[in-house]
Amino acid sequence: MAATIEAPELLVGQPIRRREDPKLMTGSGNFLDDIRLPGMSYAAILRSPAAHARITGIDTTKARNMPGVIGVFTGEDLADVNPLPCAWQAAGVENNVATPHLLALGEVRQVGDPIAVVVAESVYQANDALEGIEVDFEELEAVVDSREAVKPGAPQLHENAPNNIVMHWTCGADAETVDKALAGAEVRVSQSVANQRLIPTAMEPRGSVGLYEPATQEYTLWATSQAPHVHKLVVAAFVLGIPEQKIRVIAPDVGGGFGSKIFVYFDMPLVLWLSKALGRPVKFFEDRTENYLHTTHGRDHHTDIEIGATKDGKITALKVSTLANLGAYLSTVAPGVATTLYGRMVAGCYKIPNIHVDVKGVYTNTAMVDAYRGAGRPEATFVIERACDLVADATGVDPAEVRRRNFIQPADFPYDTGIGMLPYDSGNYVPALDLALQHAGYASLLEQQAARRANGGRKLLGIGVSSYVEECGIAPSKWIGLSGEGWGAGLWESADVRVYLTGKVSVTSGSLPHGQGHETTFAQIVADRLGVPYDDIEIEHSDTKGTPFGFGSYGSRSLTVGGTAIYKSVDKVVEKAKLLAAHMLEAAPEDIVYENGKAWVKGSPDAVKTIQDIALQAHVAYDLPSGMEPGLEAVTYYDPPNCTFPFGTHVCVVEVDRDTGNVEIIKYVGVDDVGNVINPMIVDGQFHGGIAQGIAQALYEGAVYADNGELITATMNDYAIPKASMLPTYELDRTVTTTDVNPMGAKGAGEAGTIGSTPAVANAVVDALSHLGVKHLDMPYTPERVWRAMQNGNA
Amino acid sequence: MATTMTAPGRVAVRMKVNGVEYAADVEPRLLLVSFLRDNLGLTGTHIGCDTSQCGACVIHLDGEPVKSCTLLTAQANGAELTTIEGVAKNGEYDAMQMGFWEMHGLQCGYCTPGMIMTANAFLDRNPDPTEAEIRHALEGNLCRCTGYQNIVKAVQYAAKQRSGGAMEPGPGTDLDFEHKDVIEHAPEDLQDWGDQLAGQEER
Repeated sequence: MAATIEAPELLVGQPIRRREDPKLMTGSGNFLDDIRLPGMSYAAILRSPAAHARITGIDTTKARNMPGVIGVFTGEDLADVNPLPCAWQAAGVENNVATPHLLALGEVRQVGDPIAVVVAESVYQANDALEGIEVDFEELEAVVDSREAVKPGAPQLHENAPNNIVMHWTCGADAETVDKALAGAEVRVSQSVANQRLIPTAMEPRGSVGLYEPATQEYTLWATSQAPHVHKLVVAAFVLGIPEQKIRVIAPDVGGGFGSKIFVYFDMPLVLWLSKALGRPVKFFEDRTENYLHTTHGRDHHTDIEIGATKDGKITALKVSTLANLGAYLSTVAPGVATTLYGRMVAGCYKIPNIHVDVKGVYTNTAMVDAYRGAGRPEATFVIERACDLVADATGVDPAEVRRRNFIQPADFPYDTGIGMLPYDSGNYVPALDLALQHAGYASLLEQQAARRANGGRKLLGIGVSSYVEECGIAPSKWIGLSGEGWGAGLWESADVRVYLTGKVSVTSGSLPHGQGHETTFAQIVADRLGVPYDDIEIEHSDTKGTPFGFGSYGSRSLTVGGTAIYKSVDKVVEKAKLLAAHMLEAAPEDIVYENGKAWVKGSPDAVKTIQDIALQAHVAYDLPSGMEPGLEAVTYYDPPNCTFPFGTHVCVVEVDRDTGNVEIIKYVGVDDVGNVINPMIVDGQFHGGIAQGIAQALYEGAVYADNGELITATMNDYAIPKASMLPTYELDRTVTTTDVNPMGAKGAGEAGTIGSTPAVANAVVDALSHLGVKHLDMPYTPERVWRAMQNGNA
Repeated sequence: MATTMTAPGRVAVRMKVNGVEYAADVEPRLLLVSFLRDNLGLTGTHIGCDTSQCGACVIHLDGEPVKSCTLLTAQANGAELTTIEGVAKNGEYDAMQMGFWEMHGLQCGYCTPGMIMTANAFLDRNPDPTEAEIRHALEGNLCRCTGYQNIVKAVQYAAKQRSGGAMEPGPGTDLDFEHKDVIEHAPEDLQDWGDQLAGQEER
């Protein structure tokens, strides 16, 4: 390169500290409950104490007359408002859809169902007035367990869903073929496993602020939202029936989501309706118990696994039959999570010739279940990774070796698993496995385990391996959409890159963060690609009024879909800049070289036009090429050709106390492959948090309902969110296998840690107990559960 | 300081918050966190639970870390309070804030103010803590994003800086790229790790 052009200082791949942080570490963030509007009023919700009951009367008279009360409303007042929609039904089968009204109409079906709303001058007064509402119930029998709910004679939740069945969906080969393969297998193992119900627990609960302005007939909704554009669309067009151009949705700083803030909740349309009815802005912010009772939960599968293998550990058949508890109503995308994102991923990293998956969605008198970090893939990975260990146990082949023998090979990509998933884009599974085993010291661990067993020591050693592949950046629209997998929209993203007259850059993105550092990562990409200083780039997001449509942040899709839209917009800007530079340099466009923010004529590097020079000329527009419009801006709507499929192997080493059943993780290794990495610090942080949530499922967390439908774990005192002292140090490493799905060669990273970790811990705990006869144990591995297993397994 | 009833059902309170004197008449039941957020507009102190578990509301009351959701405003009468808004001085972030920034100790940032307040009070008591002591000290503060690893590193960073030690670079670099050796991926030499285990069996 010519001497006058400095070597570019690339930001992609650098651990740039986050530009988001200063406001957050000084208390200057703007979270939902921090929003103050003139004349603000406050909503509190009267919620059902019963899991299943008919409402026979509501008297709000006393509440209306309590201090500070502005209005009290019940489901009858909102009878003309549509119920919330279910936007992703299971594809190809009948779905018996029942979705919630904003406030209950006639019947409540879970503890926490909203019955009435009080709006008052303060939060304290609104809550006081809840006690002035009298409700008469006729209690009905409740059912909380999906296995009980499908039995004859079980309490029925919805008239249109006989036996509480939402849908019955299958994928893969037909059951008879797989049964035949199982019958002919040299080794055959069956196991029932539970993937227990979890509560996502973003540290910030959910809430909404609604403002209706009569003079312009405009609605503004501030919401704790992972998907403000979708919320705008759904609230306007499907719930309230107001023109879409008259509603603006803003996600302020969002304090974590993990899936639970994707969905459309009752309070979003409710605060807008209330604001219009009362002429005041209205804020609702749930407390933690409301969050636990009524914001969506995750997982809750009961699965029967049958697996066939050869004597040397080659898997020849897999049959999976799952009851997916979807709660009292369908949340926004619940059936799709339990089918497309779960059933079509059960093959994991392996070449398995005969697979049949059968999923029944089930209504119960519990909180709605929908996507929670990983959404279907953790459940699928748990099934196949437990199955691998069951094969290892039955055949005597080492668990790591079972995985190695069944891996899809590099030459097989793109690989079609034959169960309706898009082809896995790229992968190289052995190096990640080997690196993880090496970091863990696998060989010496096995020796140590054997020695301890021989000595009969008090601390049992368990080694768990989990190899995973997951699906993220979910697309393309024609596959995932209504005609394919049943998603009721597209899944593209959009971005507008605008270079101002001064050469400064604004990027408006349909993607938005709730902790992932989009502003930093996206600015790194633009800085490199456009060749402008990082600090000259502003990333704007989260306000539907200033940004192009986007489907939101979930499914580890922001970088690979939203980031690619930005990347392509930058390229379009560069193309126009080159045309203008050619005009300015009096050269042919094809002779222009553009690198690092500078354009010059090939062979004449001394005459340079910078992007700033070009941007100025584009805006003053005194001298543009014939036919060129002023301005320097480009918009991209990007619909990827495929998902991306990151993968890796995690190894967990545990010590189990023979006397108490206590499990301690003494080593945790994660080797992950997410293709090219933009900001390794942020990616590692995503894995830390993801692994923490996966470990938490294995060791600590579980939502527990009493038989009468009461949520026992309704506070942070009862639901075991792990503390700093309850989690280990995560040792991370990476392999890099790029993808050609997007031009950055990057895959998603937000959920992989959660997906890979839970089975690694589960396999470690079962491994620690295996010499006592334990083949499987359901999570969470509390000391009591482990202790009992040791007593029973050791009979 | 004795509380005095002013109007029926109201309590007069005076307190100094981040160096500024405030006086107000409040309902006796008003929680301190509500007073800080709603009356004073100091919304950096957050509410994440209603059972005193999460620690998003931790502030300093006369130098001690307290959960402001678990105190009545009247109980802070006469006290000196510091909230997250009072931690940076003259626009300079303190060592703990820098630690969180440098070590990527925050993601969504909702727990961060409470974490910083708890961790600063902890280092006041224990300036040179072990990792286990740090993890124990943070048990009253929950984080759902980071898995705590980088929060522990942030506290270690602050401890070192407060004790006058060298500014250890974190993974978080500014744009000068002074520190390229950032991600310590490779664990320490693991060849003998299994053998080490043998010696630790009955810990």
